[in-house]
Amino acid sequence: MNQAPANRADRFVAPAEREIWRILADVPDPEIPVLSVVELGIIRHVRLADDGRVTVGVSPTYTGCPATEVIARSIETRLEAEGYEHPKVESVLSPPWTSDWLTESGRAKLKEYGIAPPAHSVSHPKHLFREPKVACPRCSSMQTSKVSEFASTPCKALYRCASCLEPFEYFKCI
Amino acid sequence: MSASAATVLSASTDLRFRYAVHLGDTSLILAQRLGEWVGHAPALEEDLALANIALDLLGQARYLLSYAGEIEGKGRTEDDLAFLRDPSDFTNLALVEQPNVDFGHTIVRQFLIDAWQLELFECLQGSSEPRFAELAAKALKETRYHYRFSSGWMVRLGDGTEESHKRVQEGLDSLWKFTSEFFAPGAVDEEAAAAGLGPDPASLRAAWAANVEQVLTEATLKKPADVSYRWFGKRNQHSEHLSHLLAEMQFMQRTYPGVQW
Repeated sequence: MNQAPANRADRFVAPAEREIWRILADVPDPEIPVLSVVELGIIRHVRLADDGRVTVGVSPTYTGCPATEVIARSIETRLEAEGYEHPKVESVLSPPWTSDWLTESGRAKLKEYGIAPPAHSVSHPKHLFREPKVACPRCSSMQTSKVSEFASTPCKALYRCASCLEPFEYFKCI
Repeated sequence: MSASAATVLSASTDLRFRYAVHLGDTSLILAQRLGEWVGHAPALEEDLALANIALDLLGQARYLLSYAGEIEGKGRTEDDLAFLRDPSDFTNLALVEQPNVDFGHTIVRQFLIDAWQLELFECLQGSSEPRFAELAAKALKETRYHYRFSSGWMVRLGDGTEESHKRVQEGLDSLWKFTSEFFAPGAVDEEAAAAGLGPDPASLRAAWAANVEQVLTEATLKKPADVSYRWFGKRNQHSEHLSHLLAEMQFMQRTYPGVQW
């Protein structure tokens, strides 16, 4: 599965559910607010029952991600504000979320925000044991080096650019 | 318990509960130990790294202890299991309750357990219980990053200065004895293996040892001799350190029972 569920949504989703996807595309990730939860690739399914109840399946990026509960509340709050009564968010652990599900627009926004997007696909597990070549999000130089495997959140590593001398965060491939 | 088809299909509620608690306790207690570093690690980056690893482990613990409470069916939550059990009811591996000492010592503890979790989660993905398999697939990806961090530091410190080498070697010499428990029989993980819930603990040894030896060689560290040791956390036999850790971790719930955020 290399494609984010959101990318498939337009083609295969009923209009009523597509409307919900559109609303979710406006719900920001609390830790990287330039990204929506859809761009982050964590929305796994949207179901609209006959009685009008909405269920949204959300995958945590990391097992211990402290934003998971905030994300669930903000999705519920947003859907309620749009007139959906008692929306429900359910956690989906399998298959596990992967950085491959970040959308193209999500990657572009990360870079613009100053966070280097994941450098490659994780479809081959060997990638996790090899150091990726990471481009500086500010000056695009490849002369960068890793400072720490973990940064302000588990999903990012800390890098430094030898060309523009700026530190930056890198969104890890997982 | 024999590994007949019948037992594979019907691992008892009690066994699934105990196995989830055993794995959950190991993650929980290590998360608590790593959390003690917050604000104290030698550099800001390492402070963040240890806290982030602790967070992943806490996520595993929450998932496993919630599941345990669910299958037990007596209304106990993840919090009840974490904060209201006595030390003698915990079944975490004794290694993870060992105190932090210094950064080198902590890295050794982390490296030994990361290398073990890599093999554990790889195999646990094939569990007959989907809830264990799902967690393993998720946790394996995170553990690879933990392992990259801890094995990288093993090499930097081991093959570093005279002082860093000495400290890591001392950590290794004092912690090595606890690794015999990873693979020892006669506890809940062996029962779980017989029922198809998880891997046979002994089967993880070869890959773990090969991995560890390779890193120790690169780190110019000397592998200590294998010894069997009396502490056996997975059989509820703990070192005195667990009680101290729990006294701090459980303080709030013990002092103000039922307190909520």
